[in-house]
Amino acid sequence: MGLLDPLKGFGVTFSTMFKKVVTESYPEVKKVPAPRYHGRHQLNRHPDGLEKCVGCELCAWACPADAIYVEGGDNTEAERYSPGERYGRDYQINYLRCIGCGLCIEACPTRALTMISEYELADDDRQKLIYTKEDLLAPLLPGMEAPPHPMRLGQTEQDYYVKGPDLAREAGQRFTNGPQTNGSQEVQR
Amino acid sequence: MTVAPEQNQQGEAPPVPEGHVRLTIDGVDVVAPKGEMLIRTAERLGIVIPRFCDHPLLEPAGACRQCLVEVEMGGRPMPKPQASCTMAVADGMVVRTQRTSPVADKAQQGVMELLLINHPLDCPICDKGGECPLQNQALKHGRADSRFVDVKRTFPKPIPVTSQILLDRERCVLCQRCTRFSQQIAGDRFLDMLERGVHQQVGTSGTAAIEGAGGTGEQSYFSGNTIQICPVGALTSAAYRFRARPFDLMSTPSVCEHCASGCAQRTDWRRGKVMRRLAGEDPAVNEEWNCDKGRFAFTYTTAADRVLRPMVRDDRSGELREASWTEALRTAADGLLAARKKNGVGVLAGGRLTVEDAYAYAKFARVALGTNDVDFRARPHSTEELEFLASEVVGTRLDDEGVSYADLEAAPAVLCVAFEPEEESPIVFLRLRKAARTGKTRVFHIGQWRTPSVEKTFGELVACAPGAEATVVSALPLRSERADVVEALRRTGSVVLVGERAAEIPGLFSAVVRLADLTGARLAWVPRRAGERGALEAGVLPTLLPGGRPVTDPDARAEVELSWGLRPGALPARPGRDTGAMLAAATSGELSGLVVGGVDPYDLPDPRLAEEALRAADFVVSLELRHSAVTAHADVVLPVAPAVEKSGSYLNWEGRQRPFGTILEGTGAVPDCRVLDTLAVEMDADLFTQTPEATADDLQRLGVYSGRRPDTPREPASAAHRPGQGQAVLATWRQLIDNGSLQDGEPHLAGTARAPVARLSAVTARRLGVVFGEPVTVATERGAVTLPAAETDLPDGVVWLPTNSGPSAVRRNLGAGHGALVTVTAAPTGGEA
Repeated sequence: MGLLDPLKGFGVTFSTMFKKVVTESYPEVKKVPAPRYHGRHQLNRHPDGLEKCVGCELCAWACPADAIYVEGGDNTEAERYSPGERYGRDYQINYLRCIGCGLCIEACPTRALTMISEYELADDDRQKLIYTKEDLLAPLLPGMEAPPHPMRLGQTEQDYYVKGPDLAREAGQRFTNGPQTNGSQEVQR
Repeated sequence: MTVAPEQNQQGEAPPVPEGHVRLTIDGVDVVAPKGEMLIRTAERLGIVIPRFCDHPLLEPAGACRQCLVEVEMGGRPMPKPQASCTMAVADGMVVRTQRTSPVADKAQQGVMELLLINHPLDCPICDKGGECPLQNQALKHGRADSRFVDVKRTFPKPIPVTSQILLDRERCVLCQRCTRFSQQIAGDRFLDMLERGVHQQVGTSGTAAIEGAGGTGEQSYFSGNTIQICPVGALTSAAYRFRARPFDLMSTPSVCEHCASGCAQRTDWRRGKVMRRLAGEDPAVNEEWNCDKGRFAFTYTTAADRVLRPMVRDDRSGELREASWTEALRTAADGLLAARKKNGVGVLAGGRLTVEDAYAYAKFARVALGTNDVDFRARPHSTEELEFLASEVVGTRLDDEGVSYADLEAAPAVLCVAFEPEEESPIVFLRLRKAARTGKTRVFHIGQWRTPSVEKTFGELVACAPGAEATVVSALPLRSERADVVEALRRTGSVVLVGERAAEIPGLFSAVVRLADLTGARLAWVPRRAGERGALEAGVLPTLLPGGRPVTDPDARAEVELSWGLRPGALPARPGRDTGAMLAAATSGELSGLVVGGVDPYDLPDPRLAEEALRAADFVVSLELRHSAVTAHADVVLPVAPAVEKSGSYLNWEGRQRPFGTILEGTGAVPDCRVLDTLAVEMDADLFTQTPEATADDLQRLGVYSGRRPDTPREPASAAHRPGQGQAVLATWRQLIDNGSLQDGEPHLAGTARAPVARLSAVTARRLGVVFGEPVTVATERGAVTLPAAETDLPDGVVWLPTNSGPSAVRRNLGAGHGALVTVTAAPTGGEA
């Protein structure tokens, strides 16, 4: 050990005092992730509040970690959750299994499933990390109505896919940005 | 048959066998039988030509045009690609499929593009998605892009064809598989092609409002098969609608537990719950079909009244309470030991057991209870039937004298006696229809009216009053006007089928045996329930030990004693009591205890006596799936596993072994054989039937009886009752889809049951003052059944009722059976006549 080595060591300490601090003050200050961050999933809604999910299970099929469980259901005239014949009666994502790869998002034929930037997916209970449909559904925006209710934006489901955005805009709904979920500052994609 | 191209030393191809032709497919030389379709020949070479309409069991249609191939005949190419599913092979033909011919490939892609023009491409919401031939073949042989930009043809959807089947005409590619199935195989025109040209569509009279397109909303017992053979998602199941995807499902081969046809099935389940059942492929049994009952009736295992824990009747409250297995078995053993000591215990096993479970009941009765009072016949039965089963049926193996499905198909004549094939054994019906359609098989029925079974098997009816069947069968060789029946039966290979109803007609079994002896026709017994044939072989009868050994034969008893490790003379030598006698004995106190398997008292000829017996018996142990009239009286209820939660095997009517494995594992349910084994251990007896496998081994070791068979029954034929004033003779049998407890919880299936009606001839109706379409009351001193009257070609003085359909619970309400006298009156309605 040389004579000047202790001084060298103090030099490191001293010089660090003038560098940018890398410490995160999480959870007091939460970091905003990149816009395309693969966070928690969200089940989106049509502008009138009907669910976009048709329960087709393509997300479950695509999932390499077998994290998604879907059960379809039959819409009736009296009880309608989505436009068309079919809706997702049960929808569960197991975040103990999910690897955040986003293949489910690519598989979704109706853009019902997207990922938001919420990343706080940790808990002390395995059961709590199985998110059900209630946890995953996007919050109702002004102008949206909680299903079940009849189709408000057209006669058939075709109208929803073809004219949905225009109809929503006509109805005076904000349709550019997605919903802001409680507290955190994620951006819907 | 395809013969592999062999070259001899000179490089010359071997000669073509008689009745065969030589052709080339994709450069491969092949010899094929004359008349074979190109698509089949190619298939056997391993060349898959895409197809939708082609089905090996249906007649060729050439409807979808997907299987186009290039064909060259005599060196000259045919001007256009040809449909390989309708073109028969010919000598010197040169065929090029999509694998070697760009022309064929382009043609196939073009057809696929046309098929997809009006297809909605709604795969994500379609139940067929993931297992759809159209989806698969579009990905394999179609173009990635569509050039079609116009508006697709749309229809309202989905439309219920029956309560089970939903029709989506947008998805249909008009392959006509469903319509051909309904006409050719099932014989019910519940689906048909409507309109022409671009407007052509599959439908019923309800789907398209076309003038003159008559339809009666016809139902079919086989409609579920159209869902399975539909190559697109045009026909989907209402019960399975949106329940799962193919990749969610575990598919397990299984065997149907409903009737004695013994269909191979595929059970698809997800997360410990059965989602659907499909027909399995077994060319020797059900080919590729099954009936709607087998397909849809599986929800009974998840019924709310399922018994899942052992129950013991509480001494103080008199109610059943849940108990541990230990306590329940101890209580049951103590009770049975006490009852055995007093006046003995009888065993009613029921007709729905697997062979293994049935054997356990037979062994339990003999070893643990020391009695021959054991019977599986939870239905009308007779001593004559017992003699018939012991002398003619038990031990007949398929490989020697047993009649098989193939024999039915090859038979020059089949006579159905007291047997309603479509209602009682639907796959036997399909075979009879298949045989009769070729015109080579004549089907005769001895029954009461031209039922759908008679019509659809192109059958000839020998009508008689209920109860007179035995007289008619005896008189067949004597009556010159029916000489054709006997003449036809004399031809080699003819078969006589006799059903469970024969037990209600004294002298019929004897008459049938005599007829078979006289004509040389082979004889087969077709029970209605899946477990009856197995129970017969397993010795669940008062006169038979396992393997068809008569209990009265000392050598047979010694064989069994040796195999079971009992001391010589341990087995009771006296024949036991049958179901009816056991119930009577229990009522009068001559029998102290009853062990009851899956028996519904309301199936028995006298339900009141059965209930009385259950009440009067000192001790009743019930092995049950669900709470029933038996558990209501039982002192101990032991839960058993349904077929889906256990392994085992059934014997179908042919005597063919139909083994199946456990589908839903780890439910904790135990099969009857294990419950009985443990119960026997509590009673200080060893059955060695802990598992179905061990039980099967034990039965196997025992072998079959090699001694002299008992004599055939010789009971004189009885005459039918003569109805008096205001009376009629009752004809009755069960319909396939009825109030049976194994069909509970499936409203879609129940919706396709035949409407219960009381059938009478016009003359009878006039005599009794009954108006067709109006309600008619059929009564005995026990009770009455009221149903709408329908005109039918019944003999005069006869009324027909379904045994257990809708309000018509004949046994429960009337306490009567086939051939009984009943009073018939027009039910009072608004306008009294």
